[in-house]
Amino acid sequence: MKILVPVKRVLDYNVKAKVKADGSGVDLANVKMSMNPFDEIALEEAIRLKEKGVAEEIIAVSIGVQQNQETLRTALAMGADRAILIVASTDVNVDIEPLTVSNLLAAIVKKEDPKLILCGKQAIDNDFNATAQMLSAKLDWPQATFASEIDLDKDNCKVTREIDGGLQTIKINLPAVVSVDLRLNEPRYASLPNIMKAKRKPLEEMKPEDLAVDISPRLKILETKEPETRASGIIVENVDELVEKIKKNAGRN
Amino acid sequence: MKILVIAEIHNGTLAEDQTSKTICAASELSTVDVLCASSNCDQAAKQLQSIEKVDTIKVIESELLSENLAESYSADLIELLKEYTHIFVPSSSFGKNLLPRIAGILDMMIVSDVSKIIETDTFERPIYAGNAIQRVQSKDKIKLVSIRTSNFNSAPSGGNAKIEKLSINIQNKISSWLENKVQDNDRPELTSAKVIVSGGRGVGSKENFAVIEKLADKLGAAVGASRAAVDSGFAPNDWQVGQTGKVVAPELYVAVGISGAIQHLAGMKDSKVIVAINKDEEAPIFQVADFGLVEDLFKAVPEIEKKL
Ligand SMILES: Cc1cc2nc3c(=O)[nH]c(=O)nc-3n(C[C@H](O)[C@H](O)[C@H](O)COP(=O)(O)OP(=O)(O)OC[C@H]3O[C@@H](n4cnc5c(N)ncnc54)[C@H](O)[C@@H]3O)c2cc1C
Ligand SMILES: Nc1ncnc2c1ncn2[C@@H]1O[C@H](COP(=O)(O)O)[C@@H](O)[C@H]1O
Repeated sequence: MKILVPVKRVLDYNVKAKVKADGSGVDLANVKMSMNPFDEIALEEAIRLKEKGVAEEIIAVSIGVQQNQETLRTALAMGADRAILIVASTDVNVDIEPLTVSNLLAAIVKKEDPKLILCGKQAIDNDFNATAQMLSAKLDWPQATFASEIDLDKDNCKVTREIDGGLQTIKINLPAVVSVDLRLNEPRYASLPNIMKAKRKPLEEMKPEDLAVDISPRLKILETKEPETRASGIIVENVDELVEKIKKNAGRN
Repeated sequence: MKILVIAEIHNGTLAEDQTSKTICAASELSTVDVLCASSNCDQAAKQLQSIEKVDTIKVIESELLSENLAESYSADLIELLKEYTHIFVPSSSFGKNLLPRIAGILDMMIVSDVSKIIETDTFERPIYAGNAIQRVQSKDKIKLVSIRTSNFNSAPSGGNAKIEKLSINIQNKISSWLENKVQDNDRPELTSAKVIVSGGRGVGSKENFAVIEKLADKLGAAVGASRAAVDSGFAPNDWQVGQTGKVVAPELYVAVGISGAIQHLAGMKDSKVIVAINKDEEAPIFQVADFGLVEDLFKAVPEIEKKL
């Protein structure tokens, strides 16, 4: 089977987001960008399914600016077979909404006919947690969100999901969309030879027009501001002092 | 304006805290209807009836709705939703799973994790793990909003809502529920607890986590954990606090052996009082802590527990 893995280029998770003073957004010029950590996990899972012989081909897709090429090269170096870049903006500061992303991905699905789509559960920049669910709705496919275990055979898929109360296991028909959580696996690093090989793997470029998808946003961003900061606290000298503070502030449940 | 809140119900049991806070948030705009969709709704509907500003409770019963598989929101149920201008859900794993699916079917965007309602179409939400706050205006015909419940109060009681039973065709041929693994404990729920004691990688092992749990029990607190503690198997996944775990805002949050990575802070920095115990005085957790103690946790925590 074919597996599609959408990968987003985001501010590296180790870098603290800096809000621009004019309220126009987060500063994304000259900062380290990386593949969304959840998407690395999704891709790793796809690669393992290929290594097990369940999947034949892995296609990585990224939507954004021209620079997303780098993210796709990383995906190819990890083990994706080919990549599709949809250039939907020329401005690195423009975030493409999950609804648009899911419309574009649905159009790719029509062309590529994958049996499984492995998304990240959440992009760590906009924190929407929406694309997988929207995409499965568009395709009228089942969804398994927040997966921490995927058990896949030819027609069925059993997924264990991380939910508020603990874990839930569901069965979904294929084709399906699965969004992955942190504990599904530990993604690999790309080896140097694979990084070299990735340069020769196919990377196709498209525009939203090619897929006849309208990309106008539905949300208007009015302002982006700093969160309120906490007043700085104190370091207490010893346990007794801390016990006093805890007693004072712990109204019992 | 016509607002619908989708109640979070698990197999007939109302998730009261999440639902009540979502109703409270939505009712800043107007009175609300509540959708009560589950396998057995009598008890939940009764509980919802007395919440202030609830007008009508729309009850839909089906076995297929008991475990909240989003695919069970069939075309007929979606038709009902189209009568509304706003749909609110809690931003819990229930709401996060369901709302974007509804949005996809309606071809509309969502506004997720809303921390503040500004106007009927304008909302604030944290992005970048809470390192920025974005104010957005929705241009969609129906505003689809998930509420970050830790930022809102519970709705007061005093209402007397109508209950309306609907017969709507519910189908799901593409997914099915197999089992839940839910750990029972007598502690308060993490997202509604007034006091939380959390442990991190510094705790070192699953056995050592008893130190954290003992202190929590002394305080009548819920137990939380960092991602590192969960990944290392010290604590179950549903204890994780943070950007991609639970968001909490208790009266008192005690972080033990947790360094204070931005992803962890994202889930707890709205707590009223933060206490941190860490042997490294440089740990970033001290930058958000009201009271910090630089000490080995294995020495400090049992002593604190004894003296409380
Ligand atoms: C996409 C993504 C999402 C994430 N989401 C989350 C999330 O939701 N929640 C979350 O928590 N993390 C999350 N993380 C992980 C986060 O980046 C950190 O790795 C994690 O929070 C670290 O956990 P920790 O503080 O327990 O461990 P560490 O950073 O290893 O800190 C351990 C601390 O314990 C202290 N210590 C050790 N021994 C003792 C002792 N005997 N006494 C006292 N102190 C001691 C050390 O000084 C240190 O400060 C996420 C990461 C990514 C990439
Ligand atoms: N611009 C994008 N390009 C590729 N994949 C994306 C993009 N945006 C979102 N996704 C996918 O959807 C997941 C969830 O993103 P979100 O719904 O924005 O939180 C991500 O982890 C990716 O797998």
